[in-house]
Amino acid sequence: MQATVRARGFDVGLSLAPGETVAVMGPNGAGKSTLLSVVAGLLRPDSGRSVIDGKVLFDLDGGASVWTAPHHRRTALLAQEPLLFPHLSALENVAFGPRSAGTARKAARESAREWLAAVDAGDLEARRPAELSGGQAQRVAVARALAANPEVLLLDEPMAALDIHAAPLLRRLLKKVLAGRRAIIITHDVLDALMLADRVIILEGGKIAEEGPTRQVLQRPRSRFAAGLAGLNLIPGTITATGIRTTEGLEVAGHQDEDLLPVGSGEPNMAGQPGVAAFPPSAVSVFLSDAHGSPRNSFPVTVTDLEQHGDQIRVRAGGMSADITPAASADLGLAPGMTVHFVIKAAAVAVYPA
Amino acid sequence: MDLGRGSGYHGVPRWVYAIAAAGGVFVLLPLAAMAARVNWPQFIPLVTSESSLTALGLSLRTSAASTALCIIFGVPLALVLARSSFPGQRLLRAFVLLPLVLPPVVGGIALLYTFGRQGLLGRSLEAAGIQIAFSTTAVVLAQTFVALPFLVVSLEGALRTAGGRYEAVAATLGARPTTVLRRVTVPLVLPGLASGAVLSFARSLGEFGATLTFAGSLQGVTRTLPLEIYLQRETDADAAVALSLVLVAVAVTVVGLTYRRPGQKDQRSVPAGGTASGRMDGAR
Repeated sequence: MQATVRARGFDVGLSLAPGETVAVMGPNGAGKSTLLSVVAGLLRPDSGRSVIDGKVLFDLDGGASVWTAPHHRRTALLAQEPLLFPHLSALENVAFGPRSAGTARKAARESAREWLAAVDAGDLEARRPAELSGGQAQRVAVARALAANPEVLLLDEPMAALDIHAAPLLRRLLKKVLAGRRAIIITHDVLDALMLADRVIILEGGKIAEEGPTRQVLQRPRSRFAAGLAGLNLIPGTITATGIRTTEGLEVAGHQDEDLLPVGSGEPNMAGQPGVAAFPPSAVSVFLSDAHGSPRNSFPVTVTDLEQHGDQIRVRAGGMSADITPAASADLGLAPGMTVHFVIKAAAVAVYPA
Repeated sequence: MDLGRGSGYHGVPRWVYAIAAAGGVFVLLPLAAMAARVNWPQFIPLVTSESSLTALGLSLRTSAASTALCIIFGVPLALVLARSSFPGQRLLRAFVLLPLVLPPVVGGIALLYTFGRQGLLGRSLEAAGIQIAFSTTAVVLAQTFVALPFLVVSLEGALRTAGGRYEAVAATLGARPTTVLRRVTVPLVLPGLASGAVLSFARSLGEFGATLTFAGSLQGVTRTLPLEIYLQRETDADAAVALSLVLVAVAVTVVGLTYRRPGQKDQRSVPAGGTASGRMDGAR
């Protein structure tokens, strides 16, 4: 699929293997929901083309544009809220897809019962949506989406509106039902990406900033958003012999990560290429004065925020984070607005191409 | 959530209550004054006289027919206004709502120049052997003309409050647009549709100016209850007052049915806590 929506600055190309689940992550307004709307046929892109198993969903590039209406696409949508039809029982909600496909009432109900049982909601079939808890309703909504026998399941932050007790249950359920199913899931939760998706796409400003297998993206993030997800500091720049040089001319010493080179490319020195330096906040020490020692990086920065992070204090300064103990923070007398030095051992900084 | 509700703080100054009370009295006092003038011993004979019953029956039948017409034309109009966007949409809405603010007698004249013998369509209809003006059909058309905006406004509000999200989900589940309309949209806005229909019925029942202008006042054919009351007032004030009371009773019933508290509304069509009252507000 490839699509452009000019009004929203959206330009994304994406392909999905059969049985593959892709997680789409990114900041608010990055175009995640736009992507789902385009696939579902609820939003018409300005240009682009999408084919699924030989069936053209839309083709707006050629002379004669093709546009398949949403109800012919078989792309069931599961939104943040369950959006169960309030006037229908749970069973009739689940039977809605099969009924719309022309299945007879009785057969549709049979299939609905099976799907309700599959999401552990068999005992809820007679209830109205108003009589269901948030987690129950979302489970029924999952059954309703699956009962429509979609070719692609579109999930728009399905866990976001659930409380902390209901979310893990639904996540387990989704893991079960998404296995071997083609799906796109929008999520803010890195756990969803890890558990449910084979691949993750990071959208930023309507474009794909980064994509790859979930593990790889989290271990070696190339975009600032993915680095935030992985809990890493990220400094983009140009790779040098000793590390990386930012556009502002800042030199960051680090070690080049050879695991990351494509197999057979041979050349370990990636100098001159655009790259990033990544390091965890726990590798950052905070000093009041410039302290040089072994190969270290030392950056003067101004503290913007201090916050509790687990049993550590997270110090945010100059677009980076440092995790230090509360005792250390008290010793230093840290407060927003102070100028301090962030010191990172070069050995803790991984440098790899962007 | 309950902030500002129930017995908590509401922030309405006391003097507002005083003015509100005066406003309430202004509406209720004339009704009480009229009720006081009813000739109670003669009430039953007065309202069951042949002319009264004929007028009441005609009123109920024509109002039912015009309510049906309002639903037939109003539902698609409301859907088009609420769900799609096209050039001239605002203009269409303005024109649909025009009868709300137009003096009914002007509406009657407009209808006369459309369906009357010399009217725009009337001439062709006359040639086809159909005569509308000064017939019961004309009563229904006049009532539909003035009552249609009530249904469209109610329903458009309900549609906008309900939003298009359920419809989008239904479409992705494979439901074609007509199925979505039948199984999702209409059930969702049923309370709004019902209150719109009741309001249209009430407006039809009370219609006077357009009916008199376009349909005349022919007993049993076009003389509806309001026309009968106006006529009786000249000759038999007691009958006019008694019939007025009947219309008041019908109106009170209708309003009571429409403006029940949100909690008493059909629970089935209330999706979740907050949206129920929102839907009701949209319906008003």
